[in-house]
Amino acid sequence: MKAPDFDYLRPSSLDAALAMLAEHDGEAMPLAGGQSLMPMMNFRVAAPEALIDLADLTELRGITVDAGTVRIGAMTRYAELMSDATVQAHIPLIGMALPHIAHDAVRNRGTIGGSLALADPAAEMPALMLALDASIEVTGPDATRMIKADDFFLGMFETALDGELITAIHVPVATPAQRFGFHELTQRHGDYALAGVAIAQTDDSYRAAFFGVADRATRVPELEAALKRQDDMKVVLTYLDQIDFTDDLKANHTTRQRLAGVALTRTLKGMTA
Amino acid sequence: MSRSIDIKLRVNGENVSATVPARLNLVDFLREELCLTGSHVGCEHGVCGACTLTVDGDTVRGCLMLAAQANGKEITTIEGLADSGQSTALQAAFTKRNALQCGFCTPGMLASALGYVNAGGAADRDAIRQHISGNYCRCTGYQSIVDAICDVIEETRT
Repeated sequence: MKAPDFDYLRPSSLDAALAMLAEHDGEAMPLAGGQSLMPMMNFRVAAPEALIDLADLTELRGITVDAGTVRIGAMTRYAELMSDATVQAHIPLIGMALPHIAHDAVRNRGTIGGSLALADPAAEMPALMLALDASIEVTGPDATRMIKADDFFLGMFETALDGELITAIHVPVATPAQRFGFHELTQRHGDYALAGVAIAQTDDSYRAAFFGVADRATRVPELEAALKRQDDMKVVLTYLDQIDFTDDLKANHTTRQRLAGVALTRTLKGMTA
Repeated sequence: MSRSIDIKLRVNGENVSATVPARLNLVDFLREELCLTGSHVGCEHGVCGACTLTVDGDTVRGCLMLAAQANGKEITTIEGLADSGQSTALQAAFTKRNALQCGFCTPGMLASALGYVNAGGAADRDAIRQHISGNYCRCTGYQSIVDAICDVIEETRT
């Protein structure tokens, strides 16, 4: 299908974009890469009155490192993340995951900020942010604030954004004490995952974020504690019960729980620096 | 009114100016306004790859980009890739290997394959399959498409 009609606005600055967002009072949606929003509009799941194209906002671009943190502009495209030396050197987990995120043609347009703002429960990027203990920098008409990834994703397509735009993502630089792993199970390479997990291990502590399994990317504290205690894998997997697994046409909750366990087991076997 | 947008872009090397509805996809603009019907419209949600074309040299989904977003961009469709000779070797290999039957996926498949070849991709069947996993073909079973892409890589690098 085709998208319903809307106003197309193309601000040239962050301030102008925020003013447009406020003026439309919740009826406008920011357009980043559009690789998820456009399909949703074509399906008429989303029908915003206006699209505010963020393409010209130079404030949302660039990747810098400062004081042990990599700051990634929200409009950084997946293809740019893949080829960026800073990201490759300091955030290996993103490098592991990117080849699994959709396909070349989609990665050339899709952005990190767009994926986080949409909060698709099956998308990889929210889970990566949870595993990496990233912070999301968001700017509203009056102020800029930082939101921990753990506090950002509130539900299916629901975030802590309140009339604000994501301006950047702050990810801690990987340390020698860390190991990372990523695995997802899909029907076809590049499809949304039926179940997947991203793991960051620091010494004996784990942050394991599952995606594609529930209404949002999810960590399970009891499961992470069991990993830390080096419990038997059979015991670790029982803590997956804590997740409210999705039932849909692609997989029921029993299948999803099993696949999440497979993804976790495989990821833990292949953790690398 | 921001529901119709003035755009200026280059399509296959020619300057184009138009006023387009905000909701018009890039691929629909190319097909219906410019009569460049080589790019096909399949799923309209970015899954099938039939509308794959290049924008400023990068492959993109023509159905997931608005014509309005293409303002100031350089678009190359399969017509442009064929006329400029960029896809000649791939087209010949597709013919030789029977890498198409109905041909619906072929323009998108060629654009994706060209992206792989131009990026220096290896003649590695698994890597090629992974790269073209975003392009559905319902006729060939992909084997012959992978054969054709391998042929071009091996021919051009030996």
